Amino acid sequence: MNRLGDLERAVMDVLWGRSEPLTVRDVGRALADRDLAHTTVMTVLDRLAKKGIVDRSRDGRAWRYRPAASRESYVTELMFDALEQTGDKDAALAAFVRSMSGDEAEVLRRALSEIEHPRT
Amino acid sequence: MVSAVLLASIAVGCMYAARRLRRAAWPLRGPHAAVVAWQAIGLAWGFAAIGALLAVGLLPYGQGVVGGLLALAGELASPTGLTTVGPFQLAAIGAAAGLTGLLLWMLVASFVAVMRARQRHRELLNLVGRGHPELPGALVLDHPAAAAYCVPGVRSQVVVSAGTLALLDRGELDAVMAHEHAHLRERHDLVLLPFASLRRAFPGVGVVESSYAAVGLLIEMCADDQARRQLAARTLAMALLRIGAAGPGRVPSGALSAAGTEHDVVTRVSRLLEPSAALSRRAQLAILGASAGLMAATFALWNLPL
Repeated sequence: MNRLGDLERAVMDVLWGRSEPLTVRDVGRALADRDLAHTTVMTVLDRLAKKGIVDRSRDGRAWRYRPAASRESYVTELMFDALEQTGDKDAALAAFVRSMSGDEAEVLRRALSEIEHPRT
Repeated sequence: MVSAVLLASIAVGCMYAARRLRRAAWPLRGPHAAVVAWQAIGLAWGFAAIGALLAVGLLPYGQGVVGGLLALAGELASPTGLTTVGPFQLAAIGAAAGLTGLLLWMLVASFVAVMRARQRHRELLNLVGRGHPELPGALVLDHPAAAAYCVPGVRSQVVVSAGTLALLDRGELDAVMAHEHAHLRERHDLVLLPFASLRRAFPGVGVVESSYAAVGLLIEMCADDQARRQLAARTLAMALLRIGAAGPGRVPSGALSAAGTEHDVVTRVSRLLEPSAALSRRAQLAILGASAGLMAATFALWNLPL
């Protein structure tokens, strides 16, 4: 993973870990062990805001940042991409097993139980 | 006129061949050769259909398609303008240009849509995916449903969900990884892309939809075959069954199994558990030869002044 991607991830972990919106300074402090320059943290938050992954609001002279969506909702979005594969996304990813109907899953369940507990 | 008739026959023949190929049994035994056959049929269809229209439109020049195009361009550049072709011929040339434009545009549009979807997907993965000590090179998503997939591209990535980790044993996980890595190595996404763009150009057209589905299934079998070289076919089959059986079943019952067709997973599992002999070398060469012959004939008809 590249450095910028790694930083974005670390910053989001900080934002997801707190309930209140944070300033650049707060985020820098939470990542004190990385010893990041103030401008670096600002650049990363700015990039995330442009991508719509964090929302920002004015608080006096500083900006405060908070996640636009929860971690879980992004995980759900990714899973949806992978399992549903509809429309434009159908050729974007390659799923091991494409989505199937309840009936089809039932056929597989029966096949599976026959293999695991063969009738003699 | 001869080349126009022959090109039109090839275009119609390709659609017939696509129907036959969709129903044939041999692709199960030689998915790689079948993928090549599908590509040849798709490409030959496009060139034959466009070529047939051009051959009709450029008939007055008597120099074939390529020679006719050059003559047409020369006439357009000359001060006298178009004198040789009439309105009927111009309509045929216009239709050819329209078809070419449509196919190219759809290819670009599909490519852009796929790139965008992957870019967004990768960015989110970077934020919420986590590494796993036992699965180097893969990312894990914390979600209880079972999913395993790859994001193809220059920076490719294999992803499995926590649900999959809980469901499969070590060997089955290795089988999934081997399957996904085969997709990435052989760039199966690029094989599927032209068929996805054809589907975009002609939505709801039976032969186009079924070609896409057939190629989609074949590349899965190609990846299955690659994985089978490294581990037991049964292990891979069990992984498929477990993930499939754990399926969310969100799609309304019957929506996917229209016309009583067997689901891809069932086809793949039976193929792994009861393998029939792989296609002989001779048969594979015959298929590759026929595909090359089809392409060569189409291109030759573009060039022959018939």
